[in-house]
Amino acid sequence: MPGQEVTVLLIEDEPEIRRFLRTTLPAHGFRLYEAATGKEGLAEAQARNPDLILLDLGLPDLEGSEVIRQVREWTATPIIVLSARDQEQVKVAALDLGADDYVTKPFGVDELLARMRAALRHASRSATDVGEPVFTLGDLKVDLGRRQVFVSAKEIHLTPIEYKLLTTLIRYAGKVMTHRQLLKEVWGPLHVEEGHYLRVYMRQLRNKLEKTPAHPRYLVTELGVGYRLRTE
Amino acid sequence: MEDRRPDPDALLKRVQAAEAEQARGKLKVFFGATAGVGKTYAMLQAAHEQRREGIDVVIGWVETHGRAETEALLEGLTMLPPRLVEHRGTTLREFDLDAALARRPQIILMDELAHTNAPGSRHPKRWQDVKELLKAGINVYTTVNVQHLECLNDVVAQITGVRVSETVPDSLLEQADDVELIDLPPDDLLQRLKDGKVYMPEQAQHALQNFFRKGNLIALREMALRRTAERVDQQMEVYRRDHAVVRTWPAAESIMVCVNMKPRGPRLVRAARTMATGLHAKWIAVYVQTPRHLRIPQADRDRVNQTLRLAELLGAETAVLSGANVAQELLSYARTRNVAKIIVGKPVRARWKEWVFGSVVAELVQQSGETDIYVITGEAGESRPLATQAVKRHSEWSSYGLGVVGVGLSTTVAWLMFPYFGLANLIMMYLLGVVLVASRYGRGPSVLASVLSVAAFDFFFVPPYLSFAVSDIQYLLTFAVMLVVALTISGLAVRTKQQAELARRQERRTAVLYALSRDLATHRGTGMLAQLAAKHLREVFDSQVAIFLADADKRVQLQRGEQLHFEFDPKESGVAQWVFEHNERAGLGTDTLAGASALYLPLLGSSGSIGVVAVRPTESSRFLDPDQLLLLESLVNQVALAIERTRLSEEAQQAHVHVETERMRNAILSSVSHDLRTPLATITGSASSLLDEQGQLDPAARLELVRSIYREADRLDRLLKNLLDMMRIEAGAVQLSKEWHPIDEVVGAALARLEGRLRDHTVNTAFPADLPLVLVDGVLLEQVMINLVENAVKYAPSGSAIDLSASASDREVVVEVADRGPGIPVGEETRIFDKFYRAKPAREGGVGLGLTICRGIIEAHGGRIWAENRRGGGAMFRFAVPLLERQPSVESEQAEPKSA
Repeated sequence: MPGQEVTVLLIEDEPEIRRFLRTTLPAHGFRLYEAATGKEGLAEAQARNPDLILLDLGLPDLEGSEVIRQVREWTATPIIVLSARDQEQVKVAALDLGADDYVTKPFGVDELLARMRAALRHASRSATDVGEPVFTLGDLKVDLGRRQVFVSAKEIHLTPIEYKLLTTLIRYAGKVMTHRQLLKEVWGPLHVEEGHYLRVYMRQLRNKLEKTPAHPRYLVTELGVGYRLRTE
Repeated sequence: MEDRRPDPDALLKRVQAAEAEQARGKLKVFFGATAGVGKTYAMLQAAHEQRREGIDVVIGWVETHGRAETEALLEGLTMLPPRLVEHRGTTLREFDLDAALARRPQIILMDELAHTNAPGSRHPKRWQDVKELLKAGINVYTTVNVQHLECLNDVVAQITGVRVSETVPDSLLEQADDVELIDLPPDDLLQRLKDGKVYMPEQAQHALQNFFRKGNLIALREMALRRTAERVDQQMEVYRRDHAVVRTWPAAESIMVCVNMKPRGPRLVRAARTMATGLHAKWIAVYVQTPRHLRIPQADRDRVNQTLRLAELLGAETAVLSGANVAQELLSYARTRNVAKIIVGKPVRARWKEWVFGSVVAELVQQSGETDIYVITGEAGESRPLATQAVKRHSEWSSYGLGVVGVGLSTTVAWLMFPYFGLANLIMMYLLGVVLVASRYGRGPSVLASVLSVAAFDFFFVPPYLSFAVSDIQYLLTFAVMLVVALTISGLAVRTKQQAELARRQERRTAVLYALSRDLATHRGTGMLAQLAAKHLREVFDSQVAIFLADADKRVQLQRGEQLHFEFDPKESGVAQWVFEHNERAGLGTDTLAGASALYLPLLGSSGSIGVVAVRPTESSRFLDPDQLLLLESLVNQVALAIERTRLSEEAQQAHVHVETERMRNAILSSVSHDLRTPLATITGSASSLLDEQGQLDPAARLELVRSIYREADRLDRLLKNLLDMMRIEAGAVQLSKEWHPIDEVVGAALARLEGRLRDHTVNTAFPADLPLVLVDGVLLEQVMINLVENAVKYAPSGSAIDLSASASDREVVVEVADRGPGIPVGEETRIFDKFYRAKPAREGGVGLGLTICRGIIEAHGGRIWAENRRGGGAMFRFAVPLLERQPSVESEQAEPKSA
């Protein structure tokens, strides 16, 4: 939607981080609204109906998960969580509750912008629901209509599960997917605890698609959280 | 002349005793021959004198017996209010020990030292109250009459015909710091008596009139004077010893008195004490437990125990020996203890018995060698009939019955043999029966069986048959010999059985001690030891056991645990506390707080009491048995030592941990303050120059400043992360959340994280596609990889390659991180994993924690990590993660190609 400013609501209690984003985000074409507490944030979200929400998980008044739950009651607006390090479980919980992605503090602006773009792109795609018939990423090409996968123009044979795993990641390209989310999408809701299934198939997939599977370009592992198809 | 200097050990003991004395209160005794000589009066006068000198004097207890002149002296002295005790409907007034201890006067007056306290008091006797007061550092003035002295009890009774039941141990008088004799000539005393100045309870007037005869009074006065003179003599002796005037007692010889279960035991003990005091020698009271001991009625065993107690009370050491031959046991013990004189009671058995069975005394005299044997008369009349319990009788009657059955069987067998065998063989059958009866049912039944056997033999097999008449006179000899043989072998069989029983008991005791000590030695932790101790004590004594351990505030705390079943009455916690503070046993079966439901024993470690053990038997009499008590004591001692040992090692451990923590904290502080300040200085400097500049800096310079801020901030972030990780590992707070991971995925995740820092290096990876999964905490293992790769980046020159690889064996997966840097200084391969270690040529500073964290994490996984120098230059770090569990199963799918 060119020409129209993207609105972002920042819910964060640290004034220094608010100040830092207040100076940075407008320069990249975002319009920023701020809230210092969870309750204020919920009110702002209702009033402004922003295109994206940046939510700090360490708010003084409400648990981050509570804010996500309440926001998700009425809108699918993408939520990116800002969290401290060593909080993998908190991150996973937030993602499973419906947050779209996370950024670990301290973070660089480029990293944050990349996550925001991916989340917005995914939101707009699911809104219109017009998936591209052919997905291209570097030397990887996936023809979703014909169910064909190519690496450097050479066709690769995938098993049904590998293919389903890959297309799921493509559907949420750029966005982190938790183990639970991937297992549910690919194996179904009964297998959400079988983390090692996912790891074994992910390795097979990497071995087929990546040039150096132990140093992957596309299929990135976020240990303790999940996987992400890196798009930039 | 021999060496006359004082023995240094003895001097040391005296000094130590003197030190202990200072903490103790002083005891002053107003000592008199009888009531009425004016002891109380003298004591009150002395109290007034002290009070005038500004000393805090309080009356704990005083008996004025309504005498006006004495009562007048009470004026001006503080009197402690009495404690009121309800007893059988009447209210008794008693001395309030707790109030006195709380009040802590400098001097307290305690009249009538020999007084017996009302039931339910802490101590049965007033002199025990006095001891506690002295122990608490309070000075005591007290009064006592000569007839109340334990060792003169017998003599006084002989002279006056009146036995005094309230006695005071002589040791108390001996330990008194001051004894003041209150003397009044008998005529004056009789005059006072006539004037009604001596108190006499009405109902006892007649007896007392008898007591206050002039002859008695003279004798009592003489005794009192003598005791006092002896004391003066002793003081002189002590003075001479202190000043090395002359050696008094050539060697530390002692006197031994042999106690038996005869009622005159107490008399023997008193005599021994008198002799020991006269010679200033140590004395030992000994009881020899023979195999017969098991058959002795409980009442007699109690008496032995009481006699030993009395001896302890009079200052003796006591010992229980065991063996078959009393005389030999006594003599061999006497030799080991350097005993010069042995005191035994005069035998009271009939002459013929002595002749047949021999006598201990005779044996002693024969074999004593250089040791003197003193034989002392026993006092007759006091003996009680030895009541055996009805239950026991019953079982004995059945034994006799079985003895008769045994003879019947012998007769049956002999009857069957009669046609074919001679009479000699038939006699053998009877003897066999007697032996069997003796070995099973003891002496009585076997004697019966012996007599019956002879009778049956005569009746059935000696002509004329079926009659007791004897045709041939020579059979009488046969009968006599048969009877003697039967009796002798039955005696031998019985004795063998008893010895076996005794040996079995002793073996059990040894086994119990061994089992306990083994258990205690192989376990650690006071809680655990308390549990073990309770378990053993409970099993051995069939009792409820509680263990209290003292906390830092010197309060005993009941330990809890599954082995400690004890329905504890909170009222008794005072008993436990008392035992702990006084290092003396109390409660059931003792003289102190005897009303308690359990026996409380102090846990005595090498440096004093560390707690208390309470034992509540299901059958209370078991504790009166001296060998059970002895066993209990040795078990408790072992427990005390084990607990003390563990406590000391725990304390040492804590001290060690404390020192380590302190060292670590200091190292962190110095390292951290340096390592955190360096990047902060760069950030502050760069940021301030950007703030201050007014267009002088060109864009490239400005960009450089901004970059260094970013870089240093990043470095700070990593430093902090390392520090936090380290603290968590050190604190043991790392919880592994293990899952099955392909190791190459972990490596990939780490490399993705390090993206920015790997720009100047090439990374080569070689991970076989079929590496097994490892059960690890992925996030922590990723941290290991990050730290190892960062370490390589730190040292390897720009443009060089960092090689990552992995290999698997049956037991482990080994991951390798290799660089082309300067390598590891030789000999430092292990030290580089130490906290705060940093190789000298580090290009950029770190806290030196990265590798330590790696080691912490890998070791938490049960793996190992090591470093070596690489062929061709560079360092190589490897870690191995064990493959302990079976690989998880993953449902396979048909590998059909997914194409159109």
